[in-house]
Amino acid sequence: MLPQTDYVKASSVAHALDMLHQYGTGAAILAGGTDLIVDMRERRREPTMLVDISSVEELAEIDVGTGNIRIGAGVTVAGLAGSAIVQHQLPLVTEVTRHFADYLTRNRATIGGNLANASPGADLVPPLLALNASVVLATAQGERTVDLNDFLVGPRRTLLLWNELVRAIHIPTPVPRGQAYEKLGLRTGGAIAVVSCAVSMDQAGGECRRVRIGLGAVAPRAFRSSEAEQIMEGHMFSSDIAARAAEAAANSSQPISDVRGSAEYRHAMVRALVERALHAAYERSSEPQE
Amino acid sequence: MTSTEARKQQYRVIGTRPIRHDGLDKVTGRARYGADIHLPGLLTGKVLRSPHAHARIRGIDASKALALPGVEAVVTAADFPIHEDMEIDLVETLGNLRVLAENIMASEKVLYRGHAVAAVAATSAAIAEEALGLIEVDYEVLPPVLNGPDAMDANSPRLHENMTTHSVAKRFERGTDTGVGSNIASHLQFKLGDPEAGFAEADVIVEREYTTSTVHQGYIEPHTATALWDFDGQVTLWSSSQGAFGMRAQTAAVLGIPESRVKAIPMEIGGGFGGKLNTYLDPVAAALSRETGKPVKITMDRAEVFIATGPTSATRSRIKLGAKKDGTLTAAWSELVYEAGAFPGSPVGAGASTGFAPYKIENILVDGYDVVVNKPKVAAYRAPGSPQAAFAIESAMSELAEKLGMDPIELRLKNVIRPGDRLPTGVPLLPTGCEEMEKAMRSHPHYNAPIEGPNRGRGVAVGFWGNAGNSSSATVSVTADGGVTLVTGSVDIGGTRASLAMQAAEVLGITAEDVRPSVGDTASVGWTGQTGGSRTTFSTGLAVVAAAEKVRDEMVKRAAILLETEPEKIEFDAGTFKNGAGKSLSFQEVAAAQVRTGGSITASASSNPRQVGPAFAGHIVDVEVDPETGKVEILRYTAFQDVGTAAHPSYVEGQIQGAVAQGVGWALNEEYVWSEDGRMENASFLDYRMPTTLDLPMIETVLIEEPNPAHPFGIRGVGEVCIVPPMAAIANAVANATGRRLTHLPMSPGRILEALERPATNGTGG
Ligand SMILES: Cc1cc2nc3c(=O)[nH]c(=O)nc-3n(C[C@H](O)[C@H](O)[C@H](O)COP(=O)(O)OP(=O)(O)OC[C@H]3O[C@@H](n4cnc5c(N)ncnc54)[C@H](O)[C@@H]3O)c2cc1C
Repeated sequence: MLPQTDYVKASSVAHALDMLHQYGTGAAILAGGTDLIVDMRERRREPTMLVDISSVEELAEIDVGTGNIRIGAGVTVAGLAGSAIVQHQLPLVTEVTRHFADYLTRNRATIGGNLANASPGADLVPPLLALNASVVLATAQGERTVDLNDFLVGPRRTLLLWNELVRAIHIPTPVPRGQAYEKLGLRTGGAIAVVSCAVSMDQAGGECRRVRIGLGAVAPRAFRSSEAEQIMEGHMFSSDIAARAAEAAANSSQPISDVRGSAEYRHAMVRALVERALHAAYERSSEPQE
Repeated sequence: MTSTEARKQQYRVIGTRPIRHDGLDKVTGRARYGADIHLPGLLTGKVLRSPHAHARIRGIDASKALALPGVEAVVTAADFPIHEDMEIDLVETLGNLRVLAENIMASEKVLYRGHAVAAVAATSAAIAEEALGLIEVDYEVLPPVLNGPDAMDANSPRLHENMTTHSVAKRFERGTDTGVGSNIASHLQFKLGDPEAGFAEADVIVEREYTTSTVHQGYIEPHTATALWDFDGQVTLWSSSQGAFGMRAQTAAVLGIPESRVKAIPMEIGGGFGGKLNTYLDPVAAALSRETGKPVKITMDRAEVFIATGPTSATRSRIKLGAKKDGTLTAAWSELVYEAGAFPGSPVGAGASTGFAPYKIENILVDGYDVVVNKPKVAAYRAPGSPQAAFAIESAMSELAEKLGMDPIELRLKNVIRPGDRLPTGVPLLPTGCEEMEKAMRSHPHYNAPIEGPNRGRGVAVGFWGNAGNSSSATVSVTADGGVTLVTGSVDIGGTRASLAMQAAEVLGITAEDVRPSVGDTASVGWTGQTGGSRTTFSTGLAVVAAAEKVRDEMVKRAAILLETEPEKIEFDAGTFKNGAGKSLSFQEVAAAQVRTGGSITASASSNPRQVGPAFAGHIVDVEVDPETGKVEILRYTAFQDVGTAAHPSYVEGQIQGAVAQGVGWALNEEYVWSEDGRMENASFLDYRMPTTLDLPMIETVLIEEPNPAHPFGIRGVGEVCIVPPMAAIANAVANATGRRLTHLPMSPGRILEALERPATNGTGG
């Protein structure tokens, strides 16, 4: 049963921000609603005003800027999947969309909602961490850009202020060619990640460069395993080094036991998935294109 | 041409694949389900459910809820009559009225988390929900007991203080009262021959213990019921169930009113699989309507479906098989412990009678225990009771084959039961094609394809199900344009409008499209057992055939009048009436003349089959196990089944594919995850993981059509037996792939990884 609430359909970013300002902490942004409506039904959240941004066109664009690719916060997972820019430059993100929920949910779920919701298991976060993404936040007063890594504070906690919304996600270019994604769910369709892992890297003559490893569902928030990255960075790729990095990644995670898997299982899976992703990313990698 | 093909050529409609009559409505969303009912003044009902797995109710105070504006009534067990133990008919399982009533509304104790304690009716869903929060229930919390073997311990907490173990030697008997107080509701035992001597003769013995978890049928449509208690005392129900007559009987009995005062209108149903044979909501909605004078609708949400309806039993099975070196089984023993949930009535009897049924074994001992625990009362689920026993027995059979160094299908064929052989219950087997099916498996390309690649394996398993008969009613009426209306009392779950219309069409020499089938309510057609036990196409089919034959005979008489000859001279062929002298009339012409040749043509009939026609299924599956993650991928699946004459092959195949899909979930993923205090921790489809289309390969089907002598067209029930083999077949394939025997369901990735850490028990045969 949904709690009773008021509702407004925002026509522009400015309109949405104005509504947030007017209704204060009782307001909540409604994008695809695939997290928010569930939370409301379970009474984890009871906003008094829903500001629906799903029709705001300026939030639904993907374009290539100078030095970055810009993805509007309102782009849906299906929108990411169908984007030629994403397919060509961010195959990692395209891969995520194939493992994300189910078709129905993909048509509604947005990238902004996935980040703002800040679930430890949010699927888009590890890849965006591996791609060194930053987040553009807007208030009626202006905009600020923060590193995604800083934006995520803890489980379901971010830097977002009450009167602020996520406007866009920026990914610096050129992006490393070596991108790989592994998601372990307990079934293939409609699965929530037990562990997810994203790797991006370049190489120079077999030497690993710009290695970034993002991990999801194995700590209070998605994070980059700098321990594992350091083991790889600047070294010649080998199975041995990948195994050591995978071990370090597993040790840097802090998994919990829940209905989807035990802490021990998750720990073991980080090792297995990171190792696979490192091999796959290295195979796809090439000389940096600077 | 094979004999099967020859037989099928005698039919014009049976064996073809017409589009189902209700198909367009269903794919366009026009079909009306229970929740689609809207009536003037309709109130919303909601049920307050116990937060405890086991507690005594000291008192219920609903005064605050009743004071909330918009709340029109609150009912508790005090608003229902008190019932004694009494059996009422629920098709596949006999139901005890007291148990049914106490499960619908707890009186003295709550016995599982989710057990109903009160219900409200209000002018909106929001008010009803708020009112639930205002009902104060004073509980004395008691320690729960959450699994069968624990509950059997004499020192464990007792659910029912007065319950004593009954000892049963035959299925469906109440048995003799042992007088021993316990959570064991009954202990049943079947014995054939001399098991001890049989094991002494054996060269090889396999003995193992297997466990399975609580699983749910997972039908897509939640339970819903709408009731209107009229001012003249008539009660009308719009219900989502597997049979309107069952809902009528249960509702009347629970409310203590005559059945004739209740009219149940069946709505379309979004799946049941046995879980919608019992009512949970209809009597509650009716009681709320009685109190308010207005119609009341109650609809469950998904979490309620999981925690407050009837999943199937978690089980522990101990199996022992003995065989000669040549594979001849000398003796078999099983001890089956089935959780019944909060009230007696697990399907352990069916597990006990079906598990060894595919085999001719002289010496058998089966012990079954029906044990109450603080979980929802189990309900039927597709071949209820058989899959759990088959998981254990078929796993042990393949392990035995491995020990004997025999091919697993060869071992099964060596011991195959043949018509006339005695089943474990002592009853001789009717003509069925278990042997033909196993031979078809052995020679199929799937079984003979090499298994390529590491971590891959193949498994097989077979299964048996008895199927149900029971009575059904049908009415066939001829319309002036030469069509036919067909009314039966069978709720259409799996395409039975089509499979029944086809039988009428076959008799009348018209097309399936010429027949307009519909599902009647309890006031417009004779008594009909519920849709369950794979009985509808078979048993309701018998009623349809009988009614259609009466109509055909009457049509012949009318044609004789029109053709000015004797009825005996009329030759009826493919919808045409010939007088033998070159003159003929079409079905349409005779139909158009019906009123002036003697009045409207209509006939009713009911079925009462003495024999039913059991079914066998056998599955072959290839899997690949990921040694790092423990995930199992199904690579190839072929399902064989003796289906009798396949009335509508597409729907037969659909039944088989659906059952395999459910079996894959049961094998690999699905389980209720319980907290220590008896809370289901995964009561949503996100974490109760049924397989999706992406988790399944194409499920190939091979139909073996051994006609059922109990039906004029050879039709037998097909919907249930296909869920019996998958769990064992997959476990056998995993064993073949990994060298490890998984003896617990589900074989989730974590459990597979744990098993991989154990030393392999050599090449373990599939
Ligand atoms: C059946 C199902 C399956 C799912 N499977 C997956 C899965 O496989 N992987 C996965 O990662 N997630 C999954 N989810 C979770 C969910 O779909 C995603 O997190 C999704 O990206 C959320 O986006 P949304 O647009 O629906 O967000 P909403 O529910 O609309 O919003 C979520 C939160 O973010 C806030 N918010 C939304 N947009 C903005 C913005 N622009 N600025 C500031 N705050 C904002 C909202 O106020 C709310 O607090 C699943 C959910 C369901 C129901």
